Amino acid sequence: MGMILKAIWSQLVTLYRVLLHTFTPTDTVSYPEEMPYLAPRYRGRIVLTRDPGGEERCVACNLCAVACPVDCIALQKTEDEHGRWYADFFRINFSRCVMCGLCEEACPTYAIQLTPDFEMCEYDRQNMVYEKEHLLISGQGKYPGYSFYHVAGKAIKDKDKGESLNEATPIDVRSLLP
Amino acid sequence: MVELVIYLVIFGTLFGSFAGAALLVWFERRLLGLWQDRLGPNRVGLFGAGLAIADIIKLFAKEDWIPPFADRFVFVFAPTAIVMAMLLGFAVVPFAPDIHVADLNIGLLFFLGMTSLAVYSVLLGGLASNNKYALLGGLRSAAQMVSYEVFMGLSLMGVVMQAGTFSLVDIVLWQADNIWFFIPQFIGFLIFLIAGIAESHRLPFDLPEAEHELVAGFHTEYSGMKFGMFMLGEYLGVILISSMIATIFFGGWLGPDFLPPIFWFFLKSFAFICFFILLRAAIPRPRYDQLMSFGWKYLLPLTLINLLATGAILLWA
Amino acid sequence: MPNIIVDGQTIEAKDGANLLEVLLNEGINVPYFCWHPAMGSIGACRQCAVVGYANEDDTRGRIMMSCMTPVSEGARFSVNADNAESFRESVVENLMLNHPHDCPVCEEGGECHLQDMTVMVGHRDRQYEGLKTTYRNQYLGPFIGHEMNRCITCYRCVRYYKDYAGGDDLSAFGSRDRVFFGRAESGVLENEFAGNLIEVCPTGVFTDKTFSKHYTRKWDLQTAPTVCQSCSLGCNTYTSERYGEVRRVHNRYNHEVNGYFLCDRGRFGAGHVNSANRIPQAGIRNSDGRYDPVDLETALSAVSDLMSSSDGLIGIGSPRASLEANEALIQLVGEENYCNGMTDNECEMHQVILDVLASDLITPAMAEVEDYDAIIIVGEDITNHAPRLALSIRQSIRQRAGELAESSGIALWHDAAVRELAQAEKSPLTLLTPMADRLDDVATHSIRLAPNEIINKTIEITNAVNDATPSSAREIAQTLIEAKKPLIVSGTSLNSPNILKATTNLAIAVAQHNPETGIFLCAHESNSVGASLLGSDRSGEALLATKPNTAIVLENDIYSRFAEGALESIDHLVVLTPLDDSTASQADVVLPAGSFAEAEGTFINSEGRSQRSMVVFKPKGDIAPSYQLLTRLAGHAKQASTLRSELAARHEALQPITSIAPNEQFRIAGSKVARMTHRSSGRTAMSADISVREKRQPEDQESALAFTMEGNQQQAPAALRTYSWSPGWNSNQSIHKFQDEVGGPDRSAVDKRPLFEQTRRLTPYDISVESEFDPGQIVILQQHIFGSDPSSNEAEEIASLIPQPYVRMNSTTASSLALTHRGGAKCRDIEMMVLVDDDVAEGCLIYPSIPATTALAGVASTDFTAIEGWIAPSEAVKASLITTDGAR
Repeated sequence: MGMILKAIWSQLVTLYRVLLHTFTPTDTVSYPEEMPYLAPRYRGRIVLTRDPGGEERCVACNLCAVACPVDCIALQKTEDEHGRWYADFFRINFSRCVMCGLCEEACPTYAIQLTPDFEMCEYDRQNMVYEKEHLLISGQGKYPGYSFYHVAGKAIKDKDKGESLNEATPIDVRSLLP
Repeated sequence: MVELVIYLVIFGTLFGSFAGAALLVWFERRLLGLWQDRLGPNRVGLFGAGLAIADIIKLFAKEDWIPPFADRFVFVFAPTAIVMAMLLGFAVVPFAPDIHVADLNIGLLFFLGMTSLAVYSVLLGGLASNNKYALLGGLRSAAQMVSYEVFMGLSLMGVVMQAGTFSLVDIVLWQADNIWFFIPQFIGFLIFLIAGIAESHRLPFDLPEAEHELVAGFHTEYSGMKFGMFMLGEYLGVILISSMIATIFFGGWLGPDFLPPIFWFFLKSFAFICFFILLRAAIPRPRYDQLMSFGWKYLLPLTLINLLATGAILLWA
Repeated sequence: MPNIIVDGQTIEAKDGANLLEVLLNEGINVPYFCWHPAMGSIGACRQCAVVGYANEDDTRGRIMMSCMTPVSEGARFSVNADNAESFRESVVENLMLNHPHDCPVCEEGGECHLQDMTVMVGHRDRQYEGLKTTYRNQYLGPFIGHEMNRCITCYRCVRYYKDYAGGDDLSAFGSRDRVFFGRAESGVLENEFAGNLIEVCPTGVFTDKTFSKHYTRKWDLQTAPTVCQSCSLGCNTYTSERYGEVRRVHNRYNHEVNGYFLCDRGRFGAGHVNSANRIPQAGIRNSDGRYDPVDLETALSAVSDLMSSSDGLIGIGSPRASLEANEALIQLVGEENYCNGMTDNECEMHQVILDVLASDLITPAMAEVEDYDAIIIVGEDITNHAPRLALSIRQSIRQRAGELAESSGIALWHDAAVRELAQAEKSPLTLLTPMADRLDDVATHSIRLAPNEIINKTIEITNAVNDATPSSAREIAQTLIEAKKPLIVSGTSLNSPNILKATTNLAIAVAQHNPETGIFLCAHESNSVGASLLGSDRSGEALLATKPNTAIVLENDIYSRFAEGALESIDHLVVLTPLDDSTASQADVVLPAGSFAEAEGTFINSEGRSQRSMVVFKPKGDIAPSYQLLTRLAGHAKQASTLRSELAARHEALQPITSIAPNEQFRIAGSKVARMTHRSSGRTAMSADISVREKRQPEDQESALAFTMEGNQQQAPAALRTYSWSPGWNSNQSIHKFQDEVGGPDRSAVDKRPLFEQTRRLTPYDISVESEFDPGQIVILQQHIFGSDPSSNEAEEIASLIPQPYVRMNSTTASSLALTHRGGAKCRDIEMMVLVDDDVAEGCLIYPSIPATTALAGVASTDFTAIEGWIAPSEAVKASLITTDGAR
């Protein structure tokens, strides 16, 4: 009997509490008349950033593509004459993208980043397909100063072997000195 | 002249209830928004009230599709039945001393009969859809409505015993002379309220629909205006039950003289409509078996005790 | 079978195995690097550490390397002991000290054994703060990339390259933490099996350059099990596709055929599928003699018109085309108007091979060749003509080392010890060839003889088998008679049926002494044996002699194969070919045939093994498998399986080809086998540049494989498995998860070579030498691993390694022809460099079988004339293939 009363009391309290919300202000932001505040890490339109040297950060490693739960990223690796990897094409089908940000998390070079821009409506779905030239921005985005190739051991133009972070100068294989 | 007034009342009731139901769609969403700290519909017309019309246009414009596997006749008939039953229920509602379609001497029984007819609509709709979700929804709804029908009727019998009449007008008049029934018949009022919610299968007792398990229950296969008629029936039911509570337990049109009687009636009904919406905003849906055991194990004994007590007091008095 | 106890669990171990194998056989994941199932243990990497206990009371135990630990009855070990786990983790941590931070730009990433092992041991955080050792890379040729920074010094590369494949230009240099694996100086790796370094290296030091050009992660590749078409051995491969292009070829483990290794022609030769020389569309020659591209329907109706108006219609099949395609041609033109597209000579040679395969002589599988302890190779340039076999023969000479090890009680997997013990001891290998051979370094007798002398010498040896008179021939015969398992190898590279017959006679003679005698005859092309089964009774010349005026040619470059005169009567030519060749340029109608990656087919290799090659991807546009084009011409398109069963119904002997791989109705729990991996990416964006509306994936009606990622993969039988993967094992080391015993046969492999009954007793052939070779100066076509296979030549990287035209002879021949070393010679307007080399048999002129010299077919030695003013290709030009550009 006590349990039943308690249950009834609980229901009544619920009703009362909800009723009290008559006097609380609404949380709705009337977009588009009012623009909401979006944090810098808000997950909106995806961009490809550049490293401090102005080169593409993306090395076409395909990790974003494999992390993507809706498989909306397709790219192809190619290489410049100095051995630097970059994307031959890089395509995001935003009509499939769910803005989950897993690509950004998977990216080992901070190349792919989500931005607070979410206003991406189109009348033609085909316009939601972004190619590399649409994705690439000229800035560094959220991680200024990071350059993958100056951490990685691969030699590229203007960065020889042994010049990366924490690397000793290349070994002279022909030397017998200790 | 008298005829004209009668026609006016009839058509007023008809269109008024239609308009009320349509507006209720909008009003409910605004109110839910208010209680959930949202705005609710606010784009079409003043405070978004144009949504009611937009909704209707949308429902009419939608593809009116009948699944090839459905029983065509029953499928089309089912949604009309609920609207007819509910509208007929309004016939006995006394809005004001002289404003009512009909003052039947068995008005209360007529109302109970009409609400009972609504179960056919839901059951047939579920059956005709030839879809397992619809069938489950229909079966649940039949069981639920038939069960709660029992207490609904019995809960009113205390009122009938005290007022000594089935006529709703006479019940209101009895309250004018004595006391509003919700005080002597408080238990009866509570049971009628709960049974009324279950009867109109509103939240938290909307298990026939139960979208989290049955897609959309008995109207899974319905679209366009046929779906609209189920919606209409549901909202008409809300209004009907609210006005019945106002009439039977809260003195109908009775109230201080500074407002006309019909206004008091609408005010009281409106308060219960709001209460219905508050329930939807606040109370979660029980499990189906909980709903049924609640009805048979608690409400039925309580109703019988109430009836017994009323009878005993009447005899003793 | 000793029982050992591992972590309290009793395991029945294989006799003579090491602990690591035993644990892997049990499915226990033990990390390892330097051990390789084909190469044994050396204990270099210290990764496979476990704890061994002296007895039941020993609770401390001691760390030991499982790959170096023999198993004995009752021995106790622990894999999960804390100290073993932390030891293994610290080993990876140490290996990673110098490992560069470059997995995202490493071609190995995603199928890297080092990545797998690092995850397996749980190492995560780098604690070392010192500098990383770095190296400069070398240019190792067009096939293999070098990134030395990634090295973990497991020594697998040099052990494979030097010890297993017999190369001598890859070594470990330097000492302590500065060991460098590479060549003495930048340059093309010379060994024909260098490509296996890519798969042998557990990390990304050696990577596939041809793949890197259009790199795709392993998980994105759409792969199907295929059979290599580059020679007659039928090595099993995985061919992978992405974006409608063949991206790479990888080894597909087949215990009986190629095992873990491929040759470079097979591995890097599939570029022809993407070649600019592909026929992408049907073409009809118009009245101006030019080709108009037309749609397939138009072309097919044009062919039908030609067929109905023809006055003598023949179908020329091909030893390069599948059995299904040949069968479709037979059904179209009728058996009496069909030939298998081989010349008289080829037919005769392959008839000998068929006889041998059907006889009671033992014809070992390629992998079984490794077990033979005395081998004679008669007139066959194995390394260039059937390359993968040479790798097996290189292992067979270690039979002697195995005997020595056994007598000293050393287990065979103890690789370093066995090699140390054996030193230069090797099993007898005799070579009878007209010129220097790549196997000379392991041969005990290398004898240079002109082809006719090879035949005579073989006859001599055959006679010496039963004649104990001491002679040089008797010496060779004796090595064969005294061996436990002698093997006689020959092949078709010298284009001489008599050599094959003489070899067979030798095998028959030796087999009378030793029933274990084996014979291995290398056929010429991927389906030569199969095509011979379909009709070796009539050669192309014989059919052409009936003077037909219309011919339908199936994937066969008849204008290179047959003498010009034989084809004179043909007025109307219909050609089905994937590649634009000299025959396609003569055709009236060209139909775009699917390459091996686009057409299902059954091929019979030199061993007589029938193998199914599956479709990798749906071809673009109008390209279709030949058998579909042909059956559409005959009425309505038939499925490959229909053609197979129709063929089997006509040829009793071919009955087994219907069951070597599951047909298109095969399902695993209701689903097909997926060609794509379950991590395949980019599905909704790949074709979004064309249309954002995703195309439906093509359906495969022809096979039990699906062009999607949906379907079963792990439980697929070997013939349908599309890639090798197991949870935690992303690299090709996952192969052991599909074997009951590491290095043993695949768990689900379909059995053997069921085609031939091998009961017929063969009588020795009569041989007349005079008719075949001019005893004076003999012109010999030398096969080249890069250059002699018309398909693989189309691959850009292989094309870059095709030698310049040359003519090679010894000094006596040179002086009789007045030619000088490094001078020029001219023949039929082809300028060639003269190479005087005393390792060429007397009287022989050798020129390479490469595209540039096709015009020399049937040339006589007297046609070679010296040319004045010829600027001989300098060392620089010769070395142009071996540039140091691009090395970093």
